[in-house]
Amino acid sequence: MPPGQPLLQVSDLTLKFGGVTALADVNMSVESGRIHAIIGPNGAGKSSLLNCISGLYKPTSGSVVLRYVADDVGRGRGSAAPAEGSPAPAEADSLDIRERALTSLPPNRVARLGVARSFQNIELFEHLTVLENMMLGRHIHMNQNVFTSMLWFGPARRQEIAHREIVEEVIDLLKLQAFRQKPVGTLAYGIQKRVELGRALALQPSLLLLDEPMAGMNAEEKEDMARYILDVHELAGVSIVLIEHDMNVVMDISNRVTVLDFGRVIGDGTPREVMDNPRVIEAYLGAGAAA
Amino acid sequence: MAAVETGRHHTSYRSELRLWHTRPQIVRMAVLAVVVAVLPFVLDNYWLSLANTALIATIGAIGLNILVGYTGQISLGQGGFLAVGAFTSAILTDRVGIPAPFSIIGAVVLTAAVGVIVGLPALRLKGLYLAIATLASQMVILFIVRRWGFLTEGQGFLDVSRLEVFGFRLDRANFEQQWYLILLVLAILAAFTATNLFRTGVGRSFMAVRDQDIAASAMGVNLTRAKLTAFAVSNGYVGLAGALMAHYTEILSWEKFTIDVSILYLAMIIVGGMGSIAGAVYGAVFMTILPVLVREAADVVGGAVPIIKNQLPAVEHGVFGLTIIVFLIFEPRGLNRIWERVKDWFGFWPFRY
Repeated sequence: MPPGQPLLQVSDLTLKFGGVTALADVNMSVESGRIHAIIGPNGAGKSSLLNCISGLYKPTSGSVVLRYVADDVGRGRGSAAPAEGSPAPAEADSLDIRERALTSLPPNRVARLGVARSFQNIELFEHLTVLENMMLGRHIHMNQNVFTSMLWFGPARRQEIAHREIVEEVIDLLKLQAFRQKPVGTLAYGIQKRVELGRALALQPSLLLLDEPMAGMNAEEKEDMARYILDVHELAGVSIVLIEHDMNVVMDISNRVTVLDFGRVIGDGTPREVMDNPRVIEAYLGAGAAA
Repeated sequence: MAAVETGRHHTSYRSELRLWHTRPQIVRMAVLAVVVAVLPFVLDNYWLSLANTALIATIGAIGLNILVGYTGQISLGQGGFLAVGAFTSAILTDRVGIPAPFSIIGAVVLTAAVGVIVGLPALRLKGLYLAIATLASQMVILFIVRRWGFLTEGQGFLDVSRLEVFGFRLDRANFEQQWYLILLVLAILAAFTATNLFRTGVGRSFMAVRDQDIAASAMGVNLTRAKLTAFAVSNGYVGLAGALMAHYTEILSWEKFTIDVSILYLAMIIVGGMGSIAGAVYGAVFMTILPVLVREAADVVGGAVPIIKNQLPAVEHGVFGLTIIVFLIFEPRGLNRIWERVKDWFGFWPFRY
């Protein structure tokens, strides 16, 4: 999808756990080709918002609508069946752009639409190697035929090699060559974070959701990770929604920022606008500082 | 020629994906191939029958390891699934009149289908709760086997006619040798197909479900499909083992499929190595031979310590339990890991690591 077009529209999203309101009437719109940061104090609902987008949480009300290019979806599945349900053709451009509400979909269907994510607490497949983890990123593009898999020779091996070539590009991009055959459980924290980014990237997503990719890192590691994210953004042309606490990082790399506090959007705009927003300053520094 | 390699350098993905990379590995496999080929000519019928039992157990243990070791879905229903395979194949052959090879395939398909039904609770349950649910299926299947008169025509047991493969009927004199050949081929096929499964996307999605099911679904793995496929594939192997058991032992009764059998198979994969095809093979062979070794040992020391000989069944049970405990404490990753460590030790020698 060309940059600057609406990609993801979150409208009046509300999420309640019993009496606790995690998200209240959240509105957010993400444009394609941008890095969109979500910031906010602890417990503001940032991760909940990401979980609603990727289908792990079912919101109480409101909607999340993804626009995607029909050809991009289900690439590895071979024939047709681009979108389940009833996609509405959006624009009569040369591209077949469709819309799909994500709120009714399970996570695996959201992933199939080209939305990949990383997790705040690393959720890798710890007994598998870096390579196997990344190959799982190719899962939606692969044919899952049990019988050809058992046979190995023929389609299964061809498919493994074809997807391996794509995974190797990701490995090169993130400089993970040295760790290819290592079980991820044995790797250092920073490397694991990078593997998780790589696994999401191997999916060739149109939208990448990163939940605190730099949590628990020192300044140098953060710089490295920021560089990787920018590389990924530029080279793979992927749109990114990013949760981050470090304001410097957010100001440096993001095009747009949405600020959450107690489940509500209290600021939205360019990093500069958000920085000068008195409500944001109040939320971060307390009421006295805003004056 | 070094006994082990110093490193592996590949120039294509295709060569990296091979199962055996180095000359020592190929030599090891060749030696193993010669040994298993010579066995039927050196072993007497008693030991050959043990080998045949071990080969059937190998197929069943590979099946169970696919489900428990690789997909992380604990199953106590092994005995019941074996029964489904065994009775299906026996009845299809003897009463419906289908040739044995096809009725064995029928047994595989039906056992896989039963696996899907029994696997349904796995969509909601994990760990111990799933173990209880599969235990229930074991009980239900065994109850049906005991009470459904149709299965044994009211006799309580079922005679199975001598195996006939496309007009070739196994003869009395070379019974064990001929079975050994059939079972060896099938066990090797089972090991290969299962190995292949886990170097492709399907098997990887099983392991992803085991390690992190939430992340797996976020990567596009359909958890429902992956779990049910794992149950079906696993049970396909178990159904094959059950069907072979029926034709090999030529008599079926419910006592062969009790909860003890389910636990025996779990013990095989614990002792052999969870999540490893080679481990399933080691475990199946080890647990088949263990009671025999205990009996032989009892004969030797029986004169000095008569209680061991008098209480042999109890001693066998004790050794069985002790083996599982020892492995869980000292090497939870089983015989497979021990063998890997041996290889490492030689590989790094004279250094420690």
